Amino acid sequence: MADLLHIDHVSKSFEQRKGDAHLVLDSIDLTLGEGEFVSLLGASGCGKSTLLRIVAGLEVPSDGVVWLDGHEIVAPGRDRGMVFQQYTLYPWLTAKRNVEFALVDTPKKERPEIAAEYLEVVGLSDFADHFPSQLSGGMQQRVAIARALALRPRVMLMDEPFGALDAQTRGLMQELLLSIWERDRLSVLFVTHDVEESLILSDRVCVLGARPGRVREIVNVDLPRPRVYELRDSAEFITLKHHVHSLIHDEAVKATGLGNVLARGGYS
Amino acid sequence: MAPTPTVDAEGAPQASAPEPRSAVRRRRKRALYESIPTHHYALIAVISLAVLFLLWLFISTRGLVNTLFLPTPMEVWQATVTWQSDGTMLLDTKDSVIRILLGFAISSAIAIPVGIFMGVSKRVEAAVEPPVDFIRYMPAVAFIPLTLIWFGTDEIQKIVILFIGVFFQEVLLIMDHVKVVPRQYVEMGYTLGFTRWQVIRRVVFRSAAPGIVDTLRICMGWAWTYLVVVELVGANSGLGFRIQSAQRYLDTPTILAGIIWIGILGLTFDFAFKAFYNKAFPYMKRGR
Repeated sequence: MADLLHIDHVSKSFEQRKGDAHLVLDSIDLTLGEGEFVSLLGASGCGKSTLLRIVAGLEVPSDGVVWLDGHEIVAPGRDRGMVFQQYTLYPWLTAKRNVEFALVDTPKKERPEIAAEYLEVVGLSDFADHFPSQLSGGMQQRVAIARALALRPRVMLMDEPFGALDAQTRGLMQELLLSIWERDRLSVLFVTHDVEESLILSDRVCVLGARPGRVREIVNVDLPRPRVYELRDSAEFITLKHHVHSLIHDEAVKATGLGNVLARGGYS
Repeated sequence: MAPTPTVDAEGAPQASAPEPRSAVRRRRKRALYESIPTHHYALIAVISLAVLFLLWLFISTRGLVNTLFLPTPMEVWQATVTWQSDGTMLLDTKDSVIRILLGFAISSAIAIPVGIFMGVSKRVEAAVEPPVDFIRYMPAVAFIPLTLIWFGTDEIQKIVILFIGVFFQEVLLIMDHVKVVPRQYVEMGYTLGFTRWQVIRRVVFRSAAPGIVDTLRICMGWAWTYLVVVELVGANSGLGFRIQSAQRYLDTPTILAGIIWIGILGLTFDFAFKAFYNKAFPYMKRGR
């Protein structure tokens, strides 16, 4: 099967001072198949967001290439639907107009219909004429998802989209995203630092190590679909969770430099 | 107020039980940033203005100061009526308003695009900000003698002073509003496939627009100051000219009438800006 997205030996370094480059991503290799849900999981500072931004075309890799449908990604484009964590909606547009705003290629007459359709998908038909400031954080993210979906992108790029939401809302948003994914078989690249979130959503979890970001392990999540909330209590889920947690923990300790402090307290 | 009877575990009312809580009249302190109903706001504002007026009335009518220095409200009203009746008030107002609108419109028409480009491009900022800062620190009124030599008392001279006084402040404030546009809005625009120009027009400008309108409102206030100064020094008409010529005859009632009228006009402009703001940006909820 030809891969939809191929991250091919991508490295990224940021110049700090003159000639002093700081390596953030070190030769990342990852593929995303058609209709596949893959998470990029890692502690803060592992470069997972940077990697997503490279795929989005917002950053240029220092080395390597990202291929989408066999074409090299050189700039942002409408074939990739982006959902950010914050400031995702334009505050001067209503929910409906925010979705329509993305549809520049569509004839003007058809836009309202498409916007209504996707607001329906995220269950916000009744809030179409509300401004973002009148919506809760979760609702705002739902509109952002509707907008990305309305583009009919080849791949959805989601950068910790539920990271700023409370735990309750986050759980519901995960369920919503799963139901949409199962219905439309989207291809999703999803950045998160939440282990449970990555496992409940993904087919595969790409665990990134920190400083520089390297692929630590790609974990196959062979949990049955459609996934339900109770899955979190199953033995397989908990085993996977422990495994991924231990990978992440070591990396987080390394990244934060807290190793000595924790050792002093007789921890780990 | 009837105390609510407390109920014990069995559900029997204890009518005679002491009620320490309700006995104490607890008065909540005014919270900081607390919002109040609009009519409260209006009431306080009216009282505040009334106090100011009564203070003026009291000081001027009780002979506490010479009425030549501080005329009574009645004298000022009389001067206003005289000023109005011979038609000069309308002419003065018209001349001044045309000058301010022209000077302000020209300044803003240049400051808005320049400020936006300074905000989005470090290169433009580097090219424009140093000279702007330099000129900004030169007092606009110090240019009056020079502009009088260049243009005489022609209308252009007034507009040039207004421009010098307003533009260089305005452009920097607009740049700042553009700089704080969240980067995600811009990046979202790119991922939607917008070109750079589309991002500037459809995202950056729209995002900064409320701040820009606020800047225009504040700069309008400064424009009034510069207008009056320039009319005081070298003009044959306008509100500043009227005040200046009244001074020659020690006609303090007309001077005060002119000052108060300028205040009312300024307030009207300010109100118009605020009304436009609320109409154009309904999504900006303003705390009162």
